[in-house]
Amino acid sequence: MRVVSDLEWQGPVPAGEGEYGEFFAAAAKGRLLIQQCPECGHRQHYPRAICTACGAEPEWMEAAGTGTVYTYTVVRQYGVPAFAELPYVLAMIDLPEGVRMFGGLTGIDPEAVEIGMPVTAYARTYDETHAMIFWEPA
Amino acid sequence: MPSRHPVICGIGLSDYPVVPHLNSVQHHALAARRAIADCGIAKSAIDGYVSTSGGGPAEGDDAVSMAEYLGVNHRYINGTMVGGSSFEFHVQHAAAAIREGLCDTVLITYGSDQLTRMGRVLGTGGFQRDAQPVTGAMQMATPYGLPLVGAYALAARRHMHEFGTTSEQLAEIAVGVREFAGLNPDARYRDPITVDDVLSSRMIADPLHKLDCCVITDGGGALVMTTEEIARDLRQPPIYVLGAAGTQTHWNIHQMPDFTEMGAAVCGPEAFAQAGVTPADIDTAQLYDSFTITVMLMLEGLGFCGRGEGGAYVEEGHLRRGGSMPTNTDGGGLSSNHPGMRGIFLLIEAVRQLRGDAGEAQVPDAELALACGSGGWLSAIATVILGKDRPS
Repeated sequence: MRVVSDLEWQGPVPAGEGEYGEFFAAAAKGRLLIQQCPECGHRQHYPRAICTACGAEPEWMEAAGTGTVYTYTVVRQYGVPAFAELPYVLAMIDLPEGVRMFGGLTGIDPEAVEIGMPVTAYARTYDETHAMIFWEPA
Repeated sequence: MPSRHPVICGIGLSDYPVVPHLNSVQHHALAARRAIADCGIAKSAIDGYVSTSGGGPAEGDDAVSMAEYLGVNHRYINGTMVGGSSFEFHVQHAAAAIREGLCDTVLITYGSDQLTRMGRVLGTGGFQRDAQPVTGAMQMATPYGLPLVGAYALAARRHMHEFGTTSEQLAEIAVGVREFAGLNPDARYRDPITVDDVLSSRMIADPLHKLDCCVITDGGGALVMTTEEIARDLRQPPIYVLGAAGTQTHWNIHQMPDFTEMGAAVCGPEAFAQAGVTPADIDTAQLYDSFTITVMLMLEGLGFCGRGEGGAYVEEGHLRRGGSMPTNTDGGGLSSNHPGMRGIFLLIEAVRQLRGDAGEAQVPDAELALACGSGGWLSAIATVILGKDRPS
């Protein structure tokens, strides 16, 4: 997964407590992690300390970093200074591994976004060792 | 044996929509005073108290602080906080507590000075307003700049994709609610609007326009619930709780299992089964209209129409004054008031309708009313069915 350095980021950042921190640290190294349960095989995202299906302890697995748009919105007004650059696209992405992930969709005219379109993940660092996942057209 | 069937015996609204001189706690108190006066019960008879955690201990409107402020030495307390639908859950819980004998008479209160406190921030601000690190599962969304409207827009877009729902159909919901707001002298906005007005209002987060979104106001509400037996000696006719059920499918929008099906599809049928009635029996519906899409998903989930048929259903005018299911007859959150959590107003309006006290917005011969609340991001949903007559 491509990693873009963006240490000028002024918006809110993830706190990265617990499992979240491992997820964002892996992203900064170009790895997109989801969780899989060793007991029942259930896959989940966001990361947590329990399998939501059976209650066992989940393990990390690396996702391919591909997906399709499940749904999206184009934000055209938001009274938060960090997001003054409007409009921008936010989307829910279906991953082939069986989980759904929320993130920003960049590199595309907002009017051209379509549900079902294939997208690829990339990571954008927000400090020296952590990155958030974004998506762009495949 | 005296009947412990739970009833709503008193209702009270604080002042709204713009009330610069009241803070949240005072809204609670004003609504409570009016609800107590409405039913004429001795305040000392109240032995249960239910509220949300509100702004929390720092603001002094959490449940224990409010119980003290209001002077309720409770035998039963409940601070369930699931967002805007909290009060439908409260009725479910209070009804169970009354049936079980944990207490006899419960006061439920809500108050918020959201508009006065926040000013007019255009309604698009997120829960996180600065660049502080975001904790918990919200850190998977907030850092990307997800506004509240944007979360609901994700559901609306998916509904359009799966079922061909149009912006015009969503707009029809806002137009119908505004018509009722015109009958409510206190409503925030009362001038009639058209579908074109909604579509030409500013796009906030595609596909939701400004007029697809609820207003921001101040306000408060209170309910008094008691047993059928105690209610016999009170001023108002009792309104019977016939069914009350709730569910949660997710909390954060990015965890919603299916963006076109909300928990109403689970708790709706459960509440109908408890009440022994069907959607066709309901005379008026009070549906949490945080956004137009919320109402559409609720109509489908509750079974007023089939899944994916919400667009066609609203186009037929059922929700309008004189329609088969007059909805949000007080002007709703889309036009009348939405101080942050609207669930209690759904219940108050349902009671007004069943008492025949709804003025110009009165649904003729209303005997059964439904209130369905949505809390969070289409997350925690509860349905309450109220009746004018004693259940058989």
